[in-house]
Amino acid sequence: MSTLKITDLHVSVETEQGTTQILRGVDLTINSGETHAIMGPNGSGKSTLAYTIAGHPKYKVESGSITLDGADVLAMTVDERARAGLFLAMQYPVEIPGVTVTNFLRTAKTAIDGEAPAIRNWIKDVRVAMESLRMDKTFAERNVNEGFSGGEKKRHEILQLELLKPRFAVLDETDSGLDVDALKIVSEGVNRAKEATGLGILLITHYTRILRYIKPDFVHVFVNGRVAEEGGPELADRLENEGYDRFLELAV
Amino acid sequence: MSLAPDTTTTDTTTTTIAEQLGIKAHSDGTGRVAPVQTRSARFKSTNPEDFEAVNGRELDWKLSPVAKLTAFTAGELDGSRFPYSATESAGVSFSWIPVTDPRVGSAGIPEDRASANAWTAATEVLLVSIGAEDVSEITITRDATGQTPRAAHIVIEAAPFSKSTIIIRNTGDAQLVENLEILVGESANLSVISVQQWNDDAIHLGSHFARIGRDASLKHALVSLGGDVIRINPSAHLAEAGGSVDLLGLYFADAGQHIEQQVYVFHDAPQTKSRVTYKGALQGKGARTVWVGDVLIGAKGTGTDSYEQNRNLVLSEGTRADSIPNLEIETGDIAGAGHASATGRFDDEQLFYLQARGINEEEARKLVVRGFLNEIVQQLHVPSLEEDIHAALDIELENVHIASVN
Ligand SMILES: Nc1ncnc2c1ncn2[C@@H]1O[C@H](COP(=O)(O)OP(=O)(O)OP(=O)(O)O)[C@@H](O)[C@H]1O
Ligand SMILES: [Mg+2]
Repeated sequence: MSTLKITDLHVSVETEQGTTQILRGVDLTINSGETHAIMGPNGSGKSTLAYTIAGHPKYKVESGSITLDGADVLAMTVDERARAGLFLAMQYPVEIPGVTVTNFLRTAKTAIDGEAPAIRNWIKDVRVAMESLRMDKTFAERNVNEGFSGGEKKRHEILQLELLKPRFAVLDETDSGLDVDALKIVSEGVNRAKEATGLGILLITHYTRILRYIKPDFVHVFVNGRVAEEGGPELADRLENEGYDRFLELAV
Repeated sequence: MSLAPDTTTTDTTTTTIAEQLGIKAHSDGTGRVAPVQTRSARFKSTNPEDFEAVNGRELDWKLSPVAKLTAFTAGELDGSRFPYSATESAGVSFSWIPVTDPRVGSAGIPEDRASANAWTAATEVLLVSIGAEDVSEITITRDATGQTPRAAHIVIEAAPFSKSTIIIRNTGDAQLVENLEILVGESANLSVISVQQWNDDAIHLGSHFARIGRDASLKHALVSLGGDVIRINPSAHLAEAGGSVDLLGLYFADAGQHIEQQVYVFHDAPQTKSRVTYKGALQGKGARTVWVGDVLIGAKGTGTDSYEQNRNLVLSEGTRADSIPNLEIETGDIAGAGHASATGRFDDEQLFYLQARGINEEEARKLVVRGFLNEIVQQLHVPSLEEDIHAALDIELENVHIASVN
């Protein structure tokens, strides 16, 4: 059992207008096997939280802490965090020209495991994972995210989730841009990963539709850089019906 | 990759002035300097005295470190046979021929003073002759060119219907001015790949002249990695119908290095095709690259299909990349002509994405740079060379990494 613990996290970003405060005291604890949904209006800081966990250099932690089983995550480099078991499925995955998916996956797997995967099993694992995500095998020889549709990029993120087997995954709007079929396929991938490894999940979304496939244990309402309310799955339905107005008024 | 405009100099001027080219008054005796209207009318001569002394303001020298080059543009060059070694292949033969041989000068003649200087200095010309209907791959190694300024002149002649790959591997010391002529016979298929991995203080000035025959195709590639100043100007004359040329370039300039290539393609016959693709990376203070891409679609170039592009990846501060495409079209009847040029910074988001998958920074940088340059490496179609180039690029990146840490 692992625990990812975020305590009183304050984060700012440098903009042309100066330093902007984005996260204003986030507290969140996720244990292995738990699924936490984060919902909140545009600009409330959800992606900022995701990037800060992953260690994006643009986001500056002013105070607070993030620990993984007690280890100081904030003291780790981006790649150290990944090797420690943190995974971020990005809202906007980046294109890497000239680097094939095959090469990328093998390089990442080798980095995470500290040794190259046994070649025959690895090829099979990749093939099986791609098949279950309904990714055509030609993707293996394409360059990372280059020319991928929005939905294909999201599948590719989940492919990595399944193959790299992290302890905690932050899924930043993995559902956006997916049609009904794709949403189902991607959700199944997440559930498989959870089943296989006891993954803890932080699922960022605007919509409850993904929550029909990936059942949250907890729902957090994110407003103005902090968690405004917490509850069980029923809170998500309430948000879908009522919107965030109630919380926005509170935040003002 | 997101390529934000950086230090790219983009210039689409198509008219050049003789004065800028440093041309002296000529034998017509009028002493008048006529404006040069098209790229094909640029002054040419095998005699260095026909060119004005190089002062660095000339159109074709203004981006070069001319102060370092006087030994080559104005000095005396050793014109004796240059040392080389070569692998063997049936159908490919080597011989030294006199400069009076009719093949010498048949692919092109010098457009600048250094090239003319070497032309005049060379006492003999190395002929690489590729026999008809043979398939071959050979590597010519030049690793003992030495510290004395010298001239070299090579003619590669590919017989009709031959298919061959010639790799020229340049290592060690060099103070070299070279003229390389490439004659591609009817329906021949030739690749010429020149790899520059010279010592750090080497200087290599080159003019490559290719003449592509009927339905023939040439792949020409410059891979420039090591050396102080490398300035190689390849030109391709698509002289007969149906010819095609692929001009490729890959370069990596690190601190203080100058790597330049002025490319020229002349579509001078119907139904010819050209692709020019140059990609380079720059890292370290004073790393400097120049790419000029002149494409002239002449009046006879009906049905021409042409595209040229140059992309530069800037890995650190203090570098400068000039990228100047020029397109001149003298016929209305073409299939297509285009150009692209972009110089962009190393994309930190790519680095972040790779690191977020556990890959350390150094490895991630290597992946991105390799990926960027891979488009060229893959097109060389020489697997052994691919590995060597990747290894060399990794070393370039490691050196820089160490340098930036200290
Ligand atoms: N790199 C940045 N530079 C400047 N401002 C930023 C940066 N990143 C985030 N912000 C600002 O911080 C605020 C929170 O952004 P964030 O992307 O975290 O929101 P979000 O909750 O993920 O929104 P969405 O639902 O639209 O994805 C926004 O006002 C945004 O403009
Ligand atoms: Mg977001």
